[in-house]
Amino acid sequence: MTRRVLIAYLALAVLIVIIGMTRGVSTALLLTAISSIYALVALGLNIQFGYGGLFNLAIMGLLMIGGMTVSSISMPINWAFWNSDGPMLLGRAILAAGAGVLLILGVRNLWRIGIPRGVVTWLTVLAWLAGYVLYRTQIDPAASYIETQVQGGWVGGLGLPVYVGYAVAGALAGLAAWVIGKISLGLRSDYLAIATIGMSEIIRAFVKNMDWLTRGTLTVTPIPWPVPLPGAYQDGGVDIPTSFVYGQGGFVLVTLAILIVAVLLVERAYAGPWGRMMRAVRDNHIAASSMGKDVKARQIEIFVFGAVLMGIGGALLSSFNQLFDPGGYIPINHTFLIWVMVIVGGMGNSYGAVLGGFLVYLMWAMSEPVSAAIFAQVSRGTVALGWGPIPEIDARAAQMRVFVLGLVIWLSLRFAPKGLLPEVIRRHV
Amino acid sequence: MDELIFFINKVIISGTVIGSIYALGAVGVTLVFGILRFAHFAHGDMMTLGAFFTYSLVAILAAAGFSLPIPLGIALMPVAMALTSVAALGLDKGFYAPLRRKGAKPVTLLIASIGVTLMLQGVIRLFYGTSTRTFFESEPKDIFRIDMSWAGGTRPITITEPQAWMFGLVVVAVLALHFFLTRSRLGKGMRAMSDNPDLAQVSGINTALVVRVTWILAGALAAMAGTMLALDVSLKPDLAFNIILPIFAAAVVGGLGQTYGAIAGGFLVGFAETLAVFDWTVFLRPFRENLPEWLATAQGLSLVPTEYKLTVAFVILVIVLLVRPTGIFKGLST
Amino acid sequence: MALIEVKDVIGGYGGAPILNGVNIAIEQSDIGVIVGPNGAGKSTTLKAIFGLLKVTGGSVMFDGQEITNSLPDKLVPRGLSFVPQEKNVFTSMSVEENLEMGAFIRRDDISGTLEEIYAMFPVLAEKRRQPAGELSGGQRQMVAMGRALMSKPKLLMLDEPSAGLSPKYVLEIFEHIVSVNKAGVGILMVEQNARQALAFASRGFVLASGKNRYTGTGPELIADPEVAKSFLGG
Repeated sequence: MTRRVLIAYLALAVLIVIIGMTRGVSTALLLTAISSIYALVALGLNIQFGYGGLFNLAIMGLLMIGGMTVSSISMPINWAFWNSDGPMLLGRAILAAGAGVLLILGVRNLWRIGIPRGVVTWLTVLAWLAGYVLYRTQIDPAASYIETQVQGGWVGGLGLPVYVGYAVAGALAGLAAWVIGKISLGLRSDYLAIATIGMSEIIRAFVKNMDWLTRGTLTVTPIPWPVPLPGAYQDGGVDIPTSFVYGQGGFVLVTLAILIVAVLLVERAYAGPWGRMMRAVRDNHIAASSMGKDVKARQIEIFVFGAVLMGIGGALLSSFNQLFDPGGYIPINHTFLIWVMVIVGGMGNSYGAVLGGFLVYLMWAMSEPVSAAIFAQVSRGTVALGWGPIPEIDARAAQMRVFVLGLVIWLSLRFAPKGLLPEVIRRHV
Repeated sequence: MDELIFFINKVIISGTVIGSIYALGAVGVTLVFGILRFAHFAHGDMMTLGAFFTYSLVAILAAAGFSLPIPLGIALMPVAMALTSVAALGLDKGFYAPLRRKGAKPVTLLIASIGVTLMLQGVIRLFYGTSTRTFFESEPKDIFRIDMSWAGGTRPITITEPQAWMFGLVVVAVLALHFFLTRSRLGKGMRAMSDNPDLAQVSGINTALVVRVTWILAGALAAMAGTMLALDVSLKPDLAFNIILPIFAAAVVGGLGQTYGAIAGGFLVGFAETLAVFDWTVFLRPFRENLPEWLATAQGLSLVPTEYKLTVAFVILVIVLLVRPTGIFKGLST
Repeated sequence: MALIEVKDVIGGYGGAPILNGVNIAIEQSDIGVIVGPNGAGKSTTLKAIFGLLKVTGGSVMFDGQEITNSLPDKLVPRGLSFVPQEKNVFTSMSVEENLEMGAFIRRDDISGTLEEIYAMFPVLAEKRRQPAGELSGGQRQMVAMGRALMSKPKLLMLDEPSAGLSPKYVLEIFEHIVSVNKAGVGILMVEQNARQALAFASRGFVLASGKNRYTGTGPELIADPEVAKSFLGG
């Protein structure tokens, strides 16, 4: 097994070197940086699905939370906002939300003073409505004030170091996963899949439309890097191509370091008693719960653990692109692509998931130019036949990679369901 | 009165239209779930495929100078339904049946259906590009205006011709499905297999045949829903990806595997969406003089801003999952 | 020649075989009863005949033809029917629809058979429109038997028809089984109520560890002190 892992990673390294030699070192570093971030996210999904058996289609939402958090934490402070009426209006909205929560909690406990349960249920529904209306009356003017009257149109960042942004991104994604898990874990896989994809869409709708907090489709840029940008090297007199190699190389070192630490931590945890319990829970819910294990609590634990990695991955991704664009998140690129990585790499094996992350991302990134080249060739043929060229070659080539992705999912399920690096079945006494 | 007419146009008619489409889609999803026990993610793309089949047939006939008193899209829909059924059978034979033979678990089939949905999307966009199309380039979209002056209204109730057809055809489809499931031998066999697959096999029911019939029905219903959506709004290659999620929500709300539940769920989600984004200020207008100023001048009193329309389906879904996890009608388990 | 002849059948669910050479032969006029301790392979034998698990050795002959490893949708048209022990009705469907499902393979008019079943189980005729899931345990067992008889089988196999029923119903079900047999349908059943079932069995098979231990007529087996001591509780 270890040999297989070594050979697989050696092949991966050779592939990256080939890309570097044919398409430039800078391209190779760019692809390595992004694919190592995706590998981190795939590692998170592997924990959830491979180890925990939990079907999570909310990856996109968690990546968005990561990206939003890093932009809010590490962008400079918007003094125009803090000196305006915005904080006061927002404060009132927060108070309104708090009052709403208190109202709901209060009404829910009315049965204690002897009001019948049925009545309490209806009053609770009304309380929810009242709380919601109360909050809307405060947040709507606050939001429109900030979006139209405040320079920049949003609350701005906190001006903290980007590392803090990564950490908080992980924490907030974990918190979101806790909420999602509370609601939907314990459902069977089909319901879980639909519920999580729904939550992901809800997150997207909010992040995209809460312009005052996230700038929405106006996008946030430039999000800082944890290492010097290529521009900094250029100021030091390095020529432009080399500066990109230095800058991206630095970022690759950061992402690889985070990835390696994550893999080691996960492997260590999974080899220990915690991992043993997780396998017990995954392989046999009923037996595990009859042995007194709190199955749902364990599942939430594993869901949150995976989501933390996804949040950090989302933050790294936005930070590397220096851009947070809520409009750029789509399920194909940010949920299903990750699934393909884990399926191809090997469910239940950290090294497999990471390998899948790299390989599938490289395939994904390369399939567009490759199909464009093929289409160009075919087009030349059709022109020669007198049928004229294929219209919209670039747009069509972009669609081909969606097709290839789907085909890869099916092919691996059909012919290699255990993935390139299958799960190592650990026998324990 | 005009306010009520506005409400009928904006909520009753729109809600019925979108509810019908959700209901047809959700019935297909729920039938496949009942028989094969997995959530078929590619159903939305079967809808798109069906709509494109109709579109292509219409384009060919329109180019040949052919025209009918009814919209060509409606007239040719049955052909597209048949084509989509064949495509659905092909998808099963090519992608799902091999996995079932290997004894794949439902969750594997679910992931495979995500793969299939991506492949279909790729193929559809490869052939049709990514632009938005309309059925009404070569023929006009007739609009019926029901005059309401007898009731004191100054504006008419408006309903487009495709919408009128849609209401009729949905009733026909639901009735046909009802009679198929309760009267015919195969329909009862489908219900039996959905109820208890092991016993269905033991009874000698030809389960392979039931599976085929299920795909035929799912394909036909998908084509119908997709075509109707395209006739009502416009035809986009990514049309269905935005619609599969509320359809799933409708199917889950109705209880996966429950045909009548799916219909109820479809209309519930459709009406909830339209009502949630409806701007209630219209109803304040007649009373403007007597209202306090802050209420009289309120802008956009909708429960949910339009941008959040998609989330309505999921909020309903989440509430249902919390309150009654198997849906309103008791759903099946995998 | 026997209606069904199970010869040295070996089989199981993929792992170690559960059946290690089972032999059963009965005529259409017979009531065959399989008894034995838990885990002896009684139910497994019925499932092996009915193609629900893999037979890896030996053969099954039915009505003069080999049917080893044939699937149910081929066996039912040949005249073999099976009533599983659990989940043996379609709970969401009406009693009449349950019966119709038993006749799924038939293309001819089934109304006559339906009337015969209702004549045999009058209580089902009363409840023909009611969902089977709302019936009592004994009535469900009747629906299950009725469903299996709708295909006009030559041999009816029942897996513990008396399981979970009150003593009054056990007797009633057994009486029904005897009358079905009198109407010309061979019976092969597995029973926990061994003594009671063997009392009316024309053929009895005592299985242990996936093998025949004793074979004989029902009364012979009850009279055998060895059988009585080890398998019938003294």
